[in-house]
Amino acid sequence: MAVLVIAEHDNRRLRPSTLNVVTAASRMAGDVHVLVAGADCAEVARQAAQVTGVSKVLLADAPHMAEELAECVSEQVVALARAYSHVVAAATSFGKDVLPRAAARHDCAPVSDIVAVESPDTFARPIYAGNAIATVRCGEPIKFVTVRPTAFDAAPAQGGNAPVETVAVAADPGLSRFVSREGAKLDRPELQGARVVVSGGRGLGSAENFKLLEKVADRLNAALGASRAAVDAGYAPNDWQVGQTGKIVAPQLYLAVGISGAIQHLAGMKDSKVIVAINKDPEAPIFQIADYGLVADLFEALPQLLQELG
Amino acid sequence: MKILVAVKRVVDFNVKVRVKADGSGVDTANLKMSMNPFDEIGVEEAVRLREAGLATEVVAVSCGVPQCQETQRTALAMGADRAILVQAEGELQPLAVAKILKAIFDREQPQLVILGKQAIDDDSNQTGQMLAALAGVGQATFASKLVLADGWAQVTREVDGGLATVAVKLPAVVTTDLRLNEPRYVTLPNIMKAKKKPLETLTPKDLAVDVGARLQTLRTVEPAQRKAGIRVPDVATLVRKLRDEAKVIS
Repeated sequence: MAVLVIAEHDNRRLRPSTLNVVTAASRMAGDVHVLVAGADCAEVARQAAQVTGVSKVLLADAPHMAEELAECVSEQVVALARAYSHVVAAATSFGKDVLPRAAARHDCAPVSDIVAVESPDTFARPIYAGNAIATVRCGEPIKFVTVRPTAFDAAPAQGGNAPVETVAVAADPGLSRFVSREGAKLDRPELQGARVVVSGGRGLGSAENFKLLEKVADRLNAALGASRAAVDAGYAPNDWQVGQTGKIVAPQLYLAVGISGAIQHLAGMKDSKVIVAINKDPEAPIFQIADYGLVADLFEALPQLLQELG
Repeated sequence: MKILVAVKRVVDFNVKVRVKADGSGVDTANLKMSMNPFDEIGVEEAVRLREAGLATEVVAVSCGVPQCQETQRTALAMGADRAILVQAEGELQPLAVAKILKAIFDREQPQLVILGKQAIDDDSNQTGQMLAALAGVGQATFASKLVLADGWAQVTREVDGGLATVAVKLPAVVTTDLRLNEPRYVTLPNIMKAKKKPLETLTPKDLAVDVGARLQTLRTVEPAQRKAGIRVPDVATLVRKLRDEAKVIS
């Protein structure tokens, strides 16, 4: 049996998280197929076909698939799933929206946000904001799984040469329609895929002061993040939020500035390779998990940091 | 128009849970329990819609042990009109809960069902989506804004990289994100009033729903602990360490 990976994309480019999902999928079964559902998205199918480890790409190309509507995409997944042992997507806002809907239609209990594949039917997943890791066995005939992208290496984007097969498109059930999208500016790496994340907390004191962080992020080609406290205070937009109820990141370098380190925040970043904390409070819990801690006033440290980085 | 809100009783978000020494699960005995924070946002949204004259009745549904009644009384004190508890012992997995809610959906015929996007205990983020699938209705997950008009709900959703607005035909399922609203505090008079509001108790059997577990938890362990690293005296040392020791910047 094969695994069906639901690709995530914007009709032009495959999102990097799909590469991590391919790696997880290849540990579940030998054959990895990728579903590209979208509109005018043949280019995405071509990119998916080149990913190492992918043996077939299924292309469902129709106007009503353009905007990632769960009702439409899950209908497509439902139509294809029976031929697979596993259906897998990234635990992103897209994957979390679509996958449980498709699973329920097959009367299968899905497994969310896995961080390890122990065997084709056994997976590890964090619960209670990452304060415990549960190992779960899923006996369902089709295993519907979302994968935490940061827990798996990305499959090489090149090296494959899979055939692309056009499949019959599932009809629009007519339950929903797309209205509009307010995109974040894409002059920075995406938070979840970035190599470096520069994150600010309530210690920044204002939205204006977050600009200090932007300069550091520019220099490091980093994504910007924030604690929930900073988001709640209106210093940063919600889609920067890192933590249990925001985004889960695991970059090579996580720079936490003015963040005290509530457990809900740590849940979103503690798997980063190197954690740096700058905080004026030497007792801040963030220092308990930081590889490098600097007790300093961030308004003095940030300009110095920019200067040192050159 | 009737609104159904799902309310889950969970370990309070301020409590740090401990894994049982034998790896059989998380120790929840004698811990403070509260309403799942995302469900609180759901109750608040439903009550506001009724207060705005857009809904006529708010029904709070819970599934689980008898103590869930305490959580339901909180929902009633916030302004829900009545409550239904589907009483069941033991673990209820999201698919089982979705099936129970589907049975209540068929019985009550609401125009809108509001759930939290995830419960902060199992962090599954599945139930709303599965209920929508089983009921054959549209879903708008991770809502930060909800507007009802002409038989549709227009919902702004918190998605990766920004906001997406969709319209879903009613009846529909909406799951809440943090910015949808700020739930009110319950007042003593409202707590007293809530005691008089109707609370109906059912069982999964009454609803002909099979709640058997589909997923088996083999073991539960503590996550790998990260050790604290070193303190650096100044920014220059920090940058040198990141360059030469950690090799994460150039």
